[in-house]
Amino acid sequence: MKDLMEAMREEGRFSPPDAGGTGAGKPGGQPSHGPMDPPAACSGAPGASGAGLVQPEEDCCCCGSRPAPAAGPDERPGYAILPFVEAFVDGPAGRIPRVRTRLDGKDLLGAAGARIGIGRDDYRIAPGLYMTGNPDGAAPVLVSSNYKLSFDALRGQLSGISAWILVLDTRGVNVWCAAGKKTFSTDEVVRRARESGLDAVAPDAPLVIPQLAATGVALRQVKKRLGRKAVFGPIRAADLPRFLADGLTAGPDMRRVTFSFRERAVLTPVELYLARYTILWIALAIFAVSGLGAWGYSLSMAFGRGWPLFWAFLSGALGGIVGTPLLLPLLPGRALSAKGLWAGALAGLTSLAFYSPGLTYVEGLAALFLAMAAASFWAMHFTGATPYCSPSGVEKEMRRYMPIQACAALVSAILWIGAGFAR
Amino acid sequence: MRDFRYLPGTATLALDRARCVGCGMCVTVCPQGALAMEEGEGGKAVIADLDGCMECGACATNCPAKAVTVRPGVGCASYIIQVWLKGRDKASCGPDCC
Repeated sequence: MKDLMEAMREEGRFSPPDAGGTGAGKPGGQPSHGPMDPPAACSGAPGASGAGLVQPEEDCCCCGSRPAPAAGPDERPGYAILPFVEAFVDGPAGRIPRVRTRLDGKDLLGAAGARIGIGRDDYRIAPGLYMTGNPDGAAPVLVSSNYKLSFDALRGQLSGISAWILVLDTRGVNVWCAAGKKTFSTDEVVRRARESGLDAVAPDAPLVIPQLAATGVALRQVKKRLGRKAVFGPIRAADLPRFLADGLTAGPDMRRVTFSFRERAVLTPVELYLARYTILWIALAIFAVSGLGAWGYSLSMAFGRGWPLFWAFLSGALGGIVGTPLLLPLLPGRALSAKGLWAGALAGLTSLAFYSPGLTYVEGLAALFLAMAAASFWAMHFTGATPYCSPSGVEKEMRRYMPIQACAALVSAILWIGAGFAR
Repeated sequence: MRDFRYLPGTATLALDRARCVGCGMCVTVCPQGALAMEEGEGGKAVIADLDGCMECGACATNCPAKAVTVRPGVGCASYIIQVWLKGRDKASCGPDCC
C-alpha cells in the first residue's frame, strides 16, 4: 500500500485528502480509517499537525504511514546500518557506532535462531570499536568476540554504563571456544586494539578481557605490547556492572563457571539440529531392514515392525540429546556416555511400554539396545558443550564407551534381523 | 566444577612449585577453582582440585614462569573422532562443534 502511494505521489497523481479524510482518495477503494487508525494519523494533512508544518507537500505522508527519513551521512552504498546502532559519534578515530543496551525482537529472534542452529554459523558482526553511553578517554574497554550472541549478551548488560567495546574477529565464534581455537588470542587483541583507533579516543583506558578468553590471551603480553592496563573481567556479562563499580575487581563467584538447568537446556536444540541427518539416515535404515525376513522382503512388515523400532530409537536419541543434558545431575555415572546409557534405557523402555504392537521379547530387547546405543553416543557428544569435561577425560570415555555403543548397536541389529527370519 | 564431577585421575594439569613465583594469575583465570594460593606472605600456587581441571589451558597460557603445564586439547567428541580418522592436522571443530 505504501509503495503504491509513493509511486502515485511521484507521478503527481496523488494529493493529500482533507484532514480527517474519508479515504475516498485511497487506491483500491478500501476504507482507510479503521477504529485503530484515527484521523490524527494524517499528520501531513492541513491542520493535523498545527501551524508548525514546514514540510513541502511532497514530503508529507497523507493518510498512509510517514515516509522514512532522508538518508543520513552514515548510510553508504553497499552498507547497512544495523538496528542495534543508536547513533554514530564523531571523534578522532572516525565515526564510532553507539549501540543500544536494550535487546529488541530482532536480537531475540536471531538469538533463538542461533540456539536452534539456523544462521548460527554466520551470526556475526563487524569487528572494531563500538561504544555505549558517552565514554571518555578513561572509560573501560570491554573486549568481546564477534559472535552476535556474545556481543548481545554483553551490551544487554550495559544499560547506564559508558564504555568502549572492542570487538575482535573471532570468526563468529563465542569467547571461550574462540580462545580454545586461538582466534581470540593475544595477537588478535593487540592487532585489533591498534587498528581500531583506540589509542586516539581512549589512550589510558584499561582493557577488560573476558576471563574465559584466558585460554588464548596471555594478559602480561597484552599489557607489555600495548603499554596499556589490562585485566580479566568476570565470566558472565551479567556481573560486569558490579565488576566495574567495584573498580575492576572480581570475587571468586564471578570467576567460576556454572552449569545450571537453564544453561544446559539452551544448549540442547542445536545438538538436536546437528544430529538431524544422522537420525534421518538411521530411521531410513530401520525401515529398510525391518522388511527383511524368511518371506523375502515385505513392505507391510517394513512398516509394521519398523515403527515400534523407530519410536524406540527416536526416544533413545532424544534421551541422549535432550534428556541427558537436562537430567545431568540425576543420572548415575560420571562419563556422559554412561549417563546416556541410563537415559537411553529409560527412554527406550518408556517408548516400548507405550508402543510395541506385536513385538516379540527378542525384538523388544533389540529396540532397547538400539535406544541405549543411540542415547549413549549422543550424550557422549554433549561433552564438547559442557564447561567441565576435560579432553583427556573425553578421550578416555570415548575409548571405553564407543566399543560398548558399537556392540549394543550390532547386537541390536543381529537380534532384530534374526527375529525377522524367525517369525 | 563443584556441581559436576568428571572422570577422576585423568587431568594432565601439573605444577612445578620450584618455578612458581606466586603471582596468582593461574588462580585468577581458572574457571573451575582447580588452583588456589597458599595462605600467607610468599605463598605459592597449589593444585586444590585436580579432578576439577578441564584442561582449558588458561593457567598455562598466563603463567609467567612456565610453572603450570597442561596438555591442551578440545574436550569434544566430534573433534576427537576427527583426530582419530583424519589425524590431528586435518581435524577441525567445524560447525558441528563449539
